[in-house]
Amino acid sequence: MFSYIIRRLAVAVPTILILIVMSFMLMFAAPGGPFNSERPLSPTVMANIEARYGLDQPYWKQMFDYTVNVVTRFDFGPSFQYRDRTVNDVIAQGFPVTLKYGFWSFVVAVVFGLGLGVVAAIRHNTWLDYLAVGISIGAQVLPNFVMAPILVLVFTLWLGWLPGGGWNGGQWQYVILPVIALSTSYMASIARIMRSSMLEVMNAGFIRTARAKGLPMHRVIWKHAMKPALLPVLSYLGPAFVSMVTGSVVIDVYFSTGGIGQFFVNSAFSRDYSVIMGITILVGVLTILFNLVVDLLYAWIDPKIRY
Amino acid sequence: MFPDKAVAEGLGQAAQLAEVQGRSLWKDARIRFFRNKAAVVALYMLVAICIFAFFGGWAAQHERDAIDFALSGPNAYKGVPSFATGHYFGTDADGRDLFARTVQGTRISLLVGIVGALIAVIVGTLYGAISGYFGGRTDGAMMRTVDILMSVPYMFVLILLLVIFGKSILMLFVGIGLISWLDMARIARGQTLTIKNKEFVEAAVAIGVRPMTIILRHIVPNLAGIVVVYSTLLIPGMIITESFISFLGLGVQEPNTSLGALISRGASQMQYGVIWQLAFPLFFFIVTLFAFFFVGDGLRDALDPKDR
Repeated sequence: MFSYIIRRLAVAVPTILILIVMSFMLMFAAPGGPFNSERPLSPTVMANIEARYGLDQPYWKQMFDYTVNVVTRFDFGPSFQYRDRTVNDVIAQGFPVTLKYGFWSFVVAVVFGLGLGVVAAIRHNTWLDYLAVGISIGAQVLPNFVMAPILVLVFTLWLGWLPGGGWNGGQWQYVILPVIALSTSYMASIARIMRSSMLEVMNAGFIRTARAKGLPMHRVIWKHAMKPALLPVLSYLGPAFVSMVTGSVVIDVYFSTGGIGQFFVNSAFSRDYSVIMGITILVGVLTILFNLVVDLLYAWIDPKIRY
Repeated sequence: MFPDKAVAEGLGQAAQLAEVQGRSLWKDARIRFFRNKAAVVALYMLVAICIFAFFGGWAAQHERDAIDFALSGPNAYKGVPSFATGHYFGTDADGRDLFARTVQGTRISLLVGIVGALIAVIVGTLYGAISGYFGGRTDGAMMRTVDILMSVPYMFVLILLLVIFGKSILMLFVGIGLISWLDMARIARGQTLTIKNKEFVEAAVAIGVRPMTIILRHIVPNLAGIVVVYSTLLIPGMIITESFISFLGLGVQEPNTSLGALISRGASQMQYGVIWQLAFPLFFFIVTLFAFFFVGDGLRDALDPKDR
C-alpha cells in the first residue's frame, strides 16, 4: 500500500509541474500583453511596470521563479488587472464560495444518485425502477447551463420563491438553486451507474447465499451488496468532481455567486493571465489530488486490485 | 427440354433456402437494433433534426442576420412566434428571425459534435491500437501520457486557448480535438489487448506482415463495433462542450450562432416574458441530445458482445 501511494505521487508531481509549464508557455505564446492599451504608455512607464511584475527577465527565469514561488510558497504572484491585489487574494475571496456550493452539490449528487440507483435496482422492473430510470435519462440531457436558466425561470420568475442570483454571504436561499443546477446531471449519471452495478451484484452467487441463509433484505444490501456495487461509482467520482469544478464556471457566471469561476471568466476577457494561470493550476492540483484519493479508496475497497 | 425461366428461378430460390442462411455480425446487430423501439424512434428523430438543420433554411422567410428594427428590444408583445409574419419561432432581442437562427445553430452544433467525435475516433483509435499492440515500454509511456493529459482541467485550458489565440470555430475544434481522443484511446487499447492474442493476428505475424499493417488491416476493423458505439455517445458530449463554451460567450461568434449561444441569449432575455427565445433553442438542444443518447444506447445493446 505504501509503495503504491509513493508510486501514485511520483506520477502526480510531474503532472502538476507539466501543467504549470504548459500554462506558462501558453501565456507566453499569447499576442499582446495585459498592459497594451489604446493609449500607448511611455517607454519608461512600461519598463517600470514590467520590472514591477518581473516581465523584463528572460522567460526561462520568469518560468523558473514562478514555478518555485508556486511550489514552495503557494504564491501565484500579483494580478495584472487588479493592481492592488495578488492572485492569492482573488483565490482567497472566490474559492470558499465555490467550495461551499461545490461541496453541497457533490453531497446531493452522491446521496440522491446512490439512493435512486439502489432503489431502482432493488425494485427492478417496477414503476419505481421506471421512474428512477426516467429521471436519470431526463437529467442526462440537462447540463448545468441548461438547468440554471430553467430553474431561475420556474423558481424565481414564475413562483418567486428563491432569489435568481447573488450570494449574500452564503445564506441557504442563495445556495439552493446553484446546488440543484450543478448536481442534476451528475446525480443522473451516478444513479445510472449504481443501478447497473447493483443489478449485476444482486445476481451474484454470494448474494444468493446470503439470502438463502435467511438474512433480512436490508442486511443483504447494506452488508454484502453495497461495497462491491460501489466500485464503478467510485471510479466515476474522480471525473465527476473535476467536471463539477468546471461546471462551477457557468454557475458563477449565471448566478453571480462570486466564486472562482466568475473571476476566471472575467480574467479571461480582460487577459489577466496571472489570475487565469493561478486558477487553472489550482483546479489542476485539486483534480490530481482528488483522483489520487479516489484511486487509494479504490485500492482499499477492492482487494482484487494489486498495487 | 430446358426448364423454362420461372422454373429455373424457382429452383434457384429453393436451392438458396436449402442453404443455411449465415448472418454476418453486422446484419445480426442491425436486426437487434431495429427491434429496439426507443432507438429506432430516436434514429428517426435524428434524421428529422438533420433535415431541419441542413434544409430548414429553405423554409425560413427571413435571412438569419437581417435585423427588423421594429421588432427589436425586449418586448413581449412584439416579435412573437406567428405564421403571419413569417417568424415561425419569433424574433430574438435584436429583431432577427429566430427560426433561421435556430436552423443555423442546430447545424453548427451538429457539425461541432460530429467533427469533434471524428477527430477523437481517428486519433484515439490509432493511438490506442498502437499502444495496445506494441505493449511494454511503448504502452507504458503512451498511456502515462494519456493519464497526465486526463488530469489537466481541460475546460479551463480550452478557455485559456480560446482567449489567447482568439475566439474562432477553428480554435474550438483544435481545443476539443486535443482532449476528446483520450477516452477513445483507453477504450481502443483495452480492446486491442484482447484482440492481439487471437489466432488471426498470430497468423498475420507468422507470415511476416509488418506491425503497422497488422494494426490497420486486422486490429482496427475489429475495433469498429466499440468505436461506433462510443462515438455516438461522444457526439452529444461534444455538443454539450461546445454549448458550454458558447454559453460563456467564448465559442461561436456573431453573426454565426450555435444552440449554446442561442440558449445563453434566450436565458438573458427571459425575464422580459419572451420565453420563446429560450424555449425553441432549448427544445432542439434537448431533442438532439436525447436522440443521440438513445441511438447510442441502442447501438451498444446491438453491438456489445457481452449481451450475447
